[in-house]
Amino acid sequence: MRFLSSVGDSAQFAGRVIVEAVRPPYEVREIARQLFELGCRSVPLIAASGFAVGIVLSMHTRASLARFGAEALIPAGLALALVRETGPLTAGLLLSGRIGAGIGAELGAMKVTEQIDALEAIAVDSFRYLVVTRVVACVIALPILTSVMNFMGILGGFTAEATITGMPFRTYFRMAFSSIQFSDLIPATLKTAVFGFIIATASSYLGMHATRGTEGVGQASTRSVVSSSILLIAANVLLVRLIFFLYPG
Amino acid sequence: MPPPIVEFVNVTKSFGNRRVLDDVSFRIDAGRSVCILGRSGTGKSVALKHVVGLMAPDSGRVLVDGEDLARLDSRDRSRVRRRIGFVFQNAALFDSIGVGQNVEFPMRRHTTLSDGEIRSRARELLAQVGLERDYEKMPADLSGGMRKRAALARAMALDPEILLADEPSAGLDPITAGEIDALLVALRDRSRTTLLVVTHNIPSARAIGDELIFLHDGRIIARDAPAALAASDIPLVRAFMSSEGGG
Repeated sequence: MRFLSSVGDSAQFAGRVIVEAVRPPYEVREIARQLFELGCRSVPLIAASGFAVGIVLSMHTRASLARFGAEALIPAGLALALVRETGPLTAGLLLSGRIGAGIGAELGAMKVTEQIDALEAIAVDSFRYLVVTRVVACVIALPILTSVMNFMGILGGFTAEATITGMPFRTYFRMAFSSIQFSDLIPATLKTAVFGFIIATASSYLGMHATRGTEGVGQASTRSVVSSSILLIAANVLLVRLIFFLYPG
Repeated sequence: MPPPIVEFVNVTKSFGNRRVLDDVSFRIDAGRSVCILGRSGTGKSVALKHVVGLMAPDSGRVLVDGEDLARLDSRDRSRVRRRIGFVFQNAALFDSIGVGQNVEFPMRRHTTLSDGEIRSRARELLAQVGLERDYEKMPADLSGGMRKRAALARAMALDPEILLADEPSAGLDPITAGEIDALLVALRDRSRTTLLVVTHNIPSARAIGDELIFLHDGRIIARDAPAALAASDIPLVRAFMSSEGGG
């Protein structure tokens, strides 16, 4: 019963985010600040991870395609795999850890130390100022960070390939990008906007409902990561199905 | 006759099975300073949070200058809240920004003052509470008493008509507590600010309060001037008034 109640509560919370996000006045300055904190500060993690994923994916791709004598397809195969699924999902899961934990802990700490009450007492709408700004920032940031991951992944793949075959940079990238169509890149990248919504909304909900001091803050942070990861994976299944429905080719 | 600036009308509030405020009614006129006293856990802080609309009563009404915050939309509630300053029990400073930025925050949100004017006003407020050298510090760098004073400066930023303070001198040494009391009294005298202070520090209550309200088991058991309450025929009230401790 309690579980159903919190599912209903969180659904209502998510609905309120959408309504408040489109209603003026907009907290533009705070959204910009959150975009920097959540987005820009995640670039090193995403870039490094993307590069490493690209190298590993290239090694696996080479091992698989070598059995069929199709090594020439490595750049295209890697790029397609990254852009269509590996890049968006990996970026989403990494950011559910970094951003989700951060939002859950920050808002949880604010809740238990009455800083959210202080905002309300100063006549600031805490929901719009704290939650909506983070959600909007994440919705904007995730597709951009996914693009960074995809690019770095292809760069990692090039590095692995160049080490083995000495393939020139231009040749590799031409082969990689020639295989990518609009229906491969855009829907898969834009679905990460939904991931951003899920991560920020779930972790904001858990942070704003934290109780019981430091223990509660820790729980909010941990649950933010777990919940947003699970919701993101589930949403990904539905979104991939939708993408295949809209772009069957 | 103008309405009272703060009025509780048959307010009841419970948390689970525990009734914290039980049919509480009182009125406070503008420019008065009233202290709410009582043992720990008797609903003093809960009463204060009702005035600024951080809590809503289960039954009854809390009126600020005749307006019921629980029934206002967010815009009108915001309008009323801008007339109120609130000093939280644990200061509740925003710990991701500096002390000076904390004091600037209400002015940046609700006034059209220039950057320079806001900074100047913030420095002036911090100087009033003895923190002029701590403008650039982070809240974590301050002692408990300093955080309370910074919170008071923030609460005064919009020149509030009503100042609510939840145990402003709790945990402070007697000298610092006296300085906070003097600040509150000066505010009342200079600006005719209505003070509603929760405390169980009797010397502070005597210094600040024109009147004291005693809460016990969620009900008001006494309300009068400090001198009259010292001779109360209610043993708990007499015991409280004769103590020099608290805070």
